[in-house]
Amino acid sequence: MVGVGGVYDEAVHHVVSMAWPLACDAMASTPTAHPTSPAEVSQALSLHGYLPDDGLATAVFLTLALKRPLLLEGEAGVGKTEVAKVLSRWTGGELIRLQCYEGINAAQAVYDWDYSRQLLHLRAAEASGEARGLGTGVLEEQLYNERFLLKRALMQAIDHRGEIPPVLLIDEIDRADDEFEAYLLEMLSDYQITIPELGKFTTTRPPIVVLTSNRTRDVHDALKRRCLYHWVEHPDFEREVKIVRMRVPNVIEPLARQVAAAVEAMRGLNMYKPPGVAETIDWAQALGALGVTELDEHTVDSTLGTVLKYREDQERARQHGIAGMVKQAFERSMQQP
Amino acid sequence: MAVTFARVLRGAGLLVPIGNVLMFVEALGRVGIDERDHVYWAARSTLVHRPEDVTIFDRAFAVFWEHGEVESVAEDPDTVKVTLATDDESDDDTDASGEASDDPTVTLRFSPMEVLRNKDFGAYDETELILAQQLMSRLKFAGPPRRSFRFRPAQSGSRPDLRATLRTAISAGGEPIRRFWQEPGERMRRLVLLLDVSGSMEPYARAMLRFVHAAVAGRQRVEAFSLGTRLTRVTRELNSRDPDLALRQASQRVQDWSGGTRLGECLRAFNDEWGVRGLARGAIVVILSDGWDRGDPAVLGEQMQRLQRVTYDLIWVNPLKVSPGYAPLARGMAAALPYVDHFVEGHSLAAMEELANVIAGVSARRS
Repeated sequence: MVGVGGVYDEAVHHVVSMAWPLACDAMASTPTAHPTSPAEVSQALSLHGYLPDDGLATAVFLTLALKRPLLLEGEAGVGKTEVAKVLSRWTGGELIRLQCYEGINAAQAVYDWDYSRQLLHLRAAEASGEARGLGTGVLEEQLYNERFLLKRALMQAIDHRGEIPPVLLIDEIDRADDEFEAYLLEMLSDYQITIPELGKFTTTRPPIVVLTSNRTRDVHDALKRRCLYHWVEHPDFEREVKIVRMRVPNVIEPLARQVAAAVEAMRGLNMYKPPGVAETIDWAQALGALGVTELDEHTVDSTLGTVLKYREDQERARQHGIAGMVKQAFERSMQQP
Repeated sequence: MAVTFARVLRGAGLLVPIGNVLMFVEALGRVGIDERDHVYWAARSTLVHRPEDVTIFDRAFAVFWEHGEVESVAEDPDTVKVTLATDDESDDDTDASGEASDDPTVTLRFSPMEVLRNKDFGAYDETELILAQQLMSRLKFAGPPRRSFRFRPAQSGSRPDLRATLRTAISAGGEPIRRFWQEPGERMRRLVLLLDVSGSMEPYARAMLRFVHAAVAGRQRVEAFSLGTRLTRVTRELNSRDPDLALRQASQRVQDWSGGTRLGECLRAFNDEWGVRGLARGAIVVILSDGWDRGDPAVLGEQMQRLQRVTYDLIWVNPLKVSPGYAPLARGMAAALPYVDHFVEGHSLAAMEELANVIAGVSARRS
């Protein structure tokens, strides 16, 4: 199988290039997108740069095993979108991303005709005198042909030619409106798209579908029913340390622990927007870029903007006392798991 | 076993469709039933679809799979249907439109209706409440539209509708003689209603809940929450067209009915979990409250400011405003007022009609 070979190479290449610290010999010998247990998923995802907790690993395992879409909800910045990206890296399937927004419709998400080219074709046919001889029926057939079809994300995900099924990321589905959700429901039920002029498009290798929602409104029950559901939480302390170490390799372990501890403390301060993992990583990167090896009051104060994005939240942190927070973070970072 | 567990969950109030039970069975087949964690996560990812349900699920799971202590997991909601006596629908139609009619019966009944319109909600009896509800269900909550990303056909415009143009060009031998245009469509703005259900609001809350129901059932994109000692979302409960059912469901859901008030904290919860995240963005937000707050007024002020920054329009409806010589003495009200775009009365039907007008007319005054 070509597909598996591809994954294998990529996995090995990945390990070499990242000098991945975890022991992964066992994984490298059995790389596959058909895992037999959640633990295997967990290992594979870690290998490709994402550390899932047990719940997420099980949900992803079931997504692959049952071939169902996976709906991820959670606070902004907890790594929902990242799940799709890591699935793509792991399986080797192409990542096809559909960013939803209010008013998104089939022409933007599924397919559209390339009208300008069609018009040009018509004019050309007319100019050469061909149009008169052909008649309307033939002309139409020429125009509504696959070569004038603009395939958008959903269509690409169904009409892929590769061995490996693509990973379809439908991002922030809560921003789209109900009508679009209804359409999506239809498409996700039988992985089939009908274009009136051309007929049905379907696939034997359905894409791996990941939907994310920030929960600005409820996603319709009918859609939820089709999906496996997982609420993504902020990672616990030890996991967050590992994530920082993995994503920002130039940050040394003690600093990573201090950063994770400080972020954990901030989450407890009733912020407008408690920092997510994305912010933790940003912060660690900022500190790394500044050449910091240890947190101190001054550095935290001057880099606060990378973690807390509201003026009020920054004020709250300063009121709480940054010196105290640093001290607390040091103590926490010393605790062994 | 899986089916029985699903029934336990349903009994505890979770929505578990049969398709998901099948999915759960299939999932169990894949992860096995040897390990507790596997079973737990398989069940959770197939049967739970809302973070609020996780606590109930956890409890039910403990009881069912781990034989834990039973602490009132399943309490079937009281399903006794209370039918309220209502007046004949057709009768009211004539009344409400207020059309002059020679029919003596109608004329007779018109006058009480007028009285009712201006009567303080606090002095309503049950029958009047039901009558008022029917009147309120006729209110229109249009609200100003916002520009949509979706285009619609237009007589003339800046953007050519190539699809339609091409369609007609084919039959003209390829010459696009007739040209079609499109323009951006319009969408209704979201309407968010926050109803104070604390003790001090008790005389008004009953009537106002009916107003909220009328709004939720009347059009799309309306969200409703209750404020008291905690924030409760009641949109789903109120979504039923049957007012009796909707009100009963909502009352069951709201646990802090006629309790204390922590307006500031509730608003914070609203902002954190719903509002600022997206629900209130560009929306018209209506707070129905007398502004009595046991909490720190500074918190309320801060949260109001935060809310106002994301909304399109923030309306405060205070049933006490009508009292002669009313001044916003309640500390909470005073703290909130600077951030309110419209401050209106809400003590009677007439006032509620006026509120509906304010909601509808927001754009006119803005632009």
